Order: sequence, then structure tokens, then C-alpha cells
Amino acid sequence: MSSPAILVENVTVHYGEVLALDAASLTLDTARICGLIGMNGSGKSTLFKVIMGMIKPDAGRVLINGESPAKARKEGGIGYVPQSEDVDWQFPLSVRDVVMMGRYGHQGFTRRPSKADRAAVELALDRVELSEFANRQIGQLSGGQKKRAFVARGIAQGATMMLLDEPFAGVDKRSEATITRLLRELASDGCTILISTHDLHALPQLCDEAVLLMRKVLMHGPPELVLQPENLAMAFGLDVLNRDLPDEDLPDEDAPDPSGAGRQVQDFSNHQGRN
Amino acid sequence: MDLFDLLLEPLSYDFMVRAIITTALAAIVCAVLSCWLVLIGWSLMGDAVSHAVLPGVVLAYIVGAPFALGALVFALIAVTLIGVVRNTSRVKEDAAIGIVFTSLFALGLVLISVTPSQTDLNHIIFGNLLGVSIPDLIQVLVLGVVAFAILILKRRDLTLYAFDPTHAHAIGLSPKRLGALLLGLLALTSVVALQTVGVVLVVAMLIIPGATAYLLTDRFSRMLVIAPVISALCSIAGIYLSYYLDTASGAMVVLTQSAIFAVVYLFSPRQGLIGTRLAKARRKKAVALAA
Repeated sequence: MSSPAILVENVTVHYGEVLALDAASLTLDTARICGLIGMNGSGKSTLFKVIMGMIKPDAGRVLINGESPAKARKEGGIGYVPQSEDVDWQFPLSVRDVVMMGRYGHQGFTRRPSKADRAAVELALDRVELSEFANRQIGQLSGGQKKRAFVARGIAQGATMMLLDEPFAGVDKRSEATITRLLRELASDGCTILISTHDLHALPQLCDEAVLLMRKVLMHGPPELVLQPENLAMAFGLDVLNRDLPDEDLPDEDAPDPSGAGRQVQDFSNHQGRN
Repeated sequence: MDLFDLLLEPLSYDFMVRAIITTALAAIVCAVLSCWLVLIGWSLMGDAVSHAVLPGVVLAYIVGAPFALGALVFALIAVTLIGVVRNTSRVKEDAAIGIVFTSLFALGLVLISVTPSQTDLNHIIFGNLLGVSIPDLIQVLVLGVVAFAILILKRRDLTLYAFDPTHAHAIGLSPKRLGALLLGLLALTSVVALQTVGVVLVVAMLIIPGATAYLLTDRFSRMLVIAPVISALCSIAGIYLSYYLDTASGAMVVLTQSAIFAVVYLFSPRQGLIGTRLAKARRKKAVALAA
């Protein structure tokens, strides 16, 4: 294992005047599951887009298994599970049709499915336990099944790396457990998985490591460590797990020491401003 | 006179035969394309491009170039201008589309007004189904077959583009190129349909068939069959109606398609207004009985 699965090096991205990523660096080894956490606007989706090569960074570089993202895409290594609100659930496609789209990179000019393609699709459907729903229109699945359908697409594709955007939004606890088990299986087969999530409670069961993002990578380590309240406060500016914060991290306008309190208050309003 | 004679009589005129062949062809190509347009939400784009090609067609007529070439160039200009206005100002996309296509359409009208032999060009605006010449027919045939073949051969990529461009990108395809291909085909198809229903009504043929098929099935592959079949039948029916009622042929074709859409909208088993209301009532009743 010479090169890491994902290498993001000093990546800076601007949207016009707005700084979305500020010299963000991240290294992820093969077959690891990494949870990406941060507020809305912290650059999670931008980081995804940079890794997939949809945005060219203003500075820095991205390597997938030591290669350029373009080469990794051509080789079909990158699987993507979109956020629910980015999908048109009314689209007239069956679950099987969607999973078949994972095979397009392996197919010829007209994407006519071969026997091998069909077999790969059935195998993927079976793996995510959706075989009996294969002919359903995609919108007629439950929240968790919808996610699994897209994971199946990545499996059929033969992706060695999967990017999941908010996979637990609108998913009940049981489906969440199913998806977690599925992702752990995929990782043990050698698939590298990067998940952007708001669901901090699920993180320790799901992930090997966690990344705290606030335009730059504030912290990267084991989930237990990253989820420490004082660390979360750095990225969120408030106590997201509703646990008691150490006093010095609380912005407090009534604090007796005017100089220290003033600084804290300013930090706090900055975080709010980015929300 | 029985039904058979009613159907055969118009066919004794050559111009009616040409009209029917041209319309059916245009209807089929437009209908296939419309399946993607309605799903991507590009109906307004279809409206825009089909109007914006007018100056291109007129200029092509003036210099004696193929209509399709002029249309493609102006479709490209329209799409570029729309993108520029949207991306570099606070004007939203629908407004940008509205500004660009009406301006280009107006330019086309001005060009027509200063071009001698106006009769021909006015036909582009409202269509001149009954005046289709043999060269017109050949042009429609060639362009129609080319557009149809590309759409069918690349249908899976286009569907992927419509459904999930991010995944298309992730597996190494270019969503930008697929989008451009679809817009190019839209321009080609607009030229095909100009002859039959005219610039003003092309958009009907580019939207109604796809929308109708969408209400009838949950499978895209079936939409690609249902839309052209319905559209072709409607078009032929529309021409017969215009023949016997002595009304404008292009407009009659569009009205027939609208009528079928209305029927499907009301009575489609799964998506229709009446079907869904009945199903809702049945569910309510079942709940009431269970309680």
C-alpha cells in the first residue's frame, strides 16, 4: 500500500468572493470509513466535489490512489451516493435501472447491458437485500432502501471508493443499522468510504476515523476523540451533543474578564455568521 | 361514405400524403426528445431554443445554406447568451431565457420583414404543413432520422444525465458534453418540426408527448415508446381533422395532442386525477372500516 486512497493537499476553493475551502488537507488510507462532520457551509460538499473532480481547486491537489481524479473516474473507482434532496424520486426508473447505471462505465457506446452486467446488478441488489424490490419505481422505496439502492449502484460499479452525502437523513434507526453493517462489510472488502453526516451519534459505530471540517480540516482522528465536546465546539461553536462544555469554551457576555470574554463572543458570532 | 373512404379520400392528394409523412416524422422525433426534456425540466429551454433558431433559419435562407446549420448556430448562441446572463448577473434563469429567446425571435421577425419573398418565411412561423415540397420532405427526413438515431443510440447516457449528472461525472462521462448533445439535438429537432407546426407551436410537440407518456408509466423505456406512438397518431388525426373541418393544420395537430393529454391527465390509471382521487377515497373507506 504505497499511496493513500484519498490524498487532499492544501486545497483552496473560492466561490466568487466566498472562501469555501482554505488549504484543507486530508489523507485517508484504503479500506477505512471516515466520517466528515461540520456545519452547513463548512465545505463538506465542496470537499466531495473536489475529490470527484467536479471543481478544480484554486490551489492544492487531489490524488485518488496516487492518480488524478480524472483517471480514477475513468477506471470506475469512484462511487457516489447522493443526498436525498438531490434526487428526483419521481423519475420513471426502477431500482434495477438505477443499479444498472453503475455499469455504464464498463459498457460500450450504447451501454447495452451484457450478461456480466446483468449478473453484477443482481449480485449488488442481493448484497443490499433489495432483490425483491428490483422492479419498483425508485420513489416507492423507504428512506433506508433508497440509500441502499444507490449503495448497490456503487457495488455494481465495482467502486473501490464510495462517497456518501448525508446517508442517514430521513432514515429510521433500523435502516441506519442495516446501512452501517453494509458499509462495514464493504470496508472489510477493501472499499474506502467517506461519509458526510450530521448524525454524530452514529459516528462511533460506523466510522474508523472522523474529520472535523470548518473550511479547513480542524481535526482528524478516532471518532471518540473528535466527538469530544471541546473539539466539536471548535467546528460548531455550540454544544451539539447537549453536554456541558468546559467553561472557557462558552461565549459569555457577562463574563467578569472583559478582554477574554470579548474574544470569545467575537468567535461565537463568526461561527454563527457562517451558518 | 364509410370510414374507409373518409380515411382514403385525403390521400388522393399528393400534398396530403407529404403532409402526413412529414408530420408523423416530426412528431416521432419531437416526442422521443420530449421524454428527456420534461424529466430534466427543460420545457422552457425547448420553448427558448425552438424560437431562437428563427434568425438562423432566415439567414440560412438568405445565403442559401441548409436551415439546420443556421438553426444550430443560433441555438448555440441562445444557450450561451442564457448562460452568460444567468451567471454574470442577479437575473434568474427563467428571466434570462425569456429575455434571450424573445429577443432572438424578434430579430428573426425583423430579418423576415426585410427579406424579399416573405411568403416562404412566414410559413416558418406558423408552419405550412399542406405546402410541404419534395425537397422539404427530404430535409425533414434526413434531419429527423439523424436526430432520432442519435437519441436512440445514446438514450441510456441521456437518461443518466437527466437522472443523476453527478454519477455520470463520477464514472468518467462528461455531463457537460451530454447536455450539449441534448441541446444540439433540440436545435436539430426544432428545424424538423418548423416545417410542420411552425416556430410558435414546435414547443407543444416538444413537451406534450413526453408529459403524456410520463403520466402513463413508471418506466422510462416505455415512455420512449408511448410518447412517439401517441404523438404520431395525434398528428395524423390532427391533419385529417384539419382537412375535414378546414382549419389550420399545424394548430390542429397541437390541439389533438392537448386533447389526448387532457384525457390522460384525467383518466390515467395511476397518475390520473380521477384515478388518484378514487384510490384516496378507497383508502379512507378502508381506514374507516378498520376503525
